[in-house]
Amino acid sequence: MADKPKVAFYWCASCGGCEEAVVDLAEEILDVVEAVDIVFWPVALDFKVEDVEAMEDGSIAVSFINGAVRLSEQEEMAHLLRQKSQLVIAFGSCSHLGGVPGLANLWDKASIFDYYYVSGPTVEHGENIEVPEVKIEVPEGTLELPEFWDEVKSLDQVVKVDYYLPGCPPTVKIVSNAIKAILSGDLPPPGSVLAGTRALCYECPLNDSKPEKLLVKEIKRVHEVEIDPETCLLAQGLLCLGPVTRGGCESLCIEGHMPCTGCFGPLDEVLDQGAKGLSFLSSIIDADEEEEILQILDKVPDPVGVFYRYSLPRLSLTSKKEVKLGG
Amino acid sequence: MKLEVFEPRIVAFVCNWCTYIAADAAGVARARYASNVRLIRTMCSGRIDPQFIMSAFEKGADGVLMCGCHPGDCHYREGNYKALRRYILLKRLLPQLGINEDRLRLEWISASEPEKFRRVADDITEQIRQIGPLIENGGE
Ligand code: SF4
Ligand code: SF4
Ligand code: FES
Repeated sequence: MADKPKVAFYWCASCGGCEEAVVDLAEEILDVVEAVDIVFWPVALDFKVEDVEAMEDGSIAVSFINGAVRLSEQEEMAHLLRQKSQLVIAFGSCSHLGGVPGLANLWDKASIFDYYYVSGPTVEHGENIEVPEVKIEVPEGTLELPEFWDEVKSLDQVVKVDYYLPGCPPTVKIVSNAIKAILSGDLPPPGSVLAGTRALCYECPLNDSKPEKLLVKEIKRVHEVEIDPETCLLAQGLLCLGPVTRGGCESLCIEGHMPCTGCFGPLDEVLDQGAKGLSFLSSIIDADEEEEILQILDKVPDPVGVFYRYSLPRLSLTSKKEVKLGG
Repeated sequence: MKLEVFEPRIVAFVCNWCTYIAADAAGVARARYASNVRLIRTMCSGRIDPQFIMSAFEKGADGVLMCGCHPGDCHYREGNYKALRRYILLKRLLPQLGINEDRLRLEWISASEPEKFRRVADDITEQIRQIGPLIENGGE
């Protein structure tokens, strides 16, 4: 019993989907679960932070941390788990690249607080609007909340990360492969993303119907077309990010007739997923005149949401906002 | 009181076959243009990866200039059209990030237009000077 490798799961700024993904694993990897000792998993098990603090440094074999880092408490927990673990794995898009919660970096703390506590349409405008404070005195004593930062960060922006499991959420297959690889010690070089190494198109079942040179005259939104399940979605005018997204997801979205939105992140050689996606779209638009280009691009009113959906915190440019929104 | 003049940092990605030659000719002719503009030569405006542009802004550029051959004149036939489409998308993206879209500019400058290069360099420098520095401003 004492010899089983210890495993921890933790969530930071997350939607809970990654926790679901862990639960979904259960049947797939019952044997593996037998082989490990889960020592910390706030969603499911009643261990406390003190229990982790009491462990020896490096005594946890692997910590899987999902969610982005938005609060001081999340950073503290990431540091604590880093100290106690041999391996730290960023689990899911939010932890890997900042993810959907990272889109909040279009605003800062002041404008977010203002919107949610003061000026937003769902806020009743009364006299006593209270914006949360880090410390507040009440008759019973002092209450404390974690600090809310200006920026959302990916896990590796606060602690060293050994491996990444991409996806929103990661698939059962890549998670169980990763766990098996960890248990057997058969791991790629540190810093690797434990998924495919080529673009999604290579493994997509619709790839055969993708024309060699693909150009689009019209971009269509999913609700505007009846999707032909036999033909490459991009060739149908749907903005599928398969050509610029890491594979390994078993084309789940494509199988569900939805274009890829990029949750497995960029390929190894790409630094800026958003800029790469933007570049890709620019190269397939079949128009040379400014007016026609603009007209085609009318269907892409929100380039940040399309190209940086999962990786905005990777772009340090958001800290240079000139236009203060809201606040 | 001495007034501090803001000297913007401008990165210009220029095509080897046109604007680079024009800039060179401007230099040979000893034409004076704003020293704020730093040239980076690419083989074609189609080689100006949007990652270069974002990274220039991230690393401290106050403005970025993309220059290529006039429509129809690209040595690789359509590189400059690709540059135009990237430019149009980037102009839409920058304001979403809270960045003034005028910090990015695209110009077609042929090898025989050193005077146009000089004018554009001076002009964008003045324009970015007016807009001001692009600095860390995420805090409260
Ligand atoms: S990666 Fe997706 S499923 Fe996981 S926490 Fe983030 S949004 Fe939720
Ligand atoms: S573009 Fe999308 S649908 Fe087409 S082959 Fe690539 S992943 Fe499949
Ligand atoms: S060669 Fe000059 S823009 Fe393509």
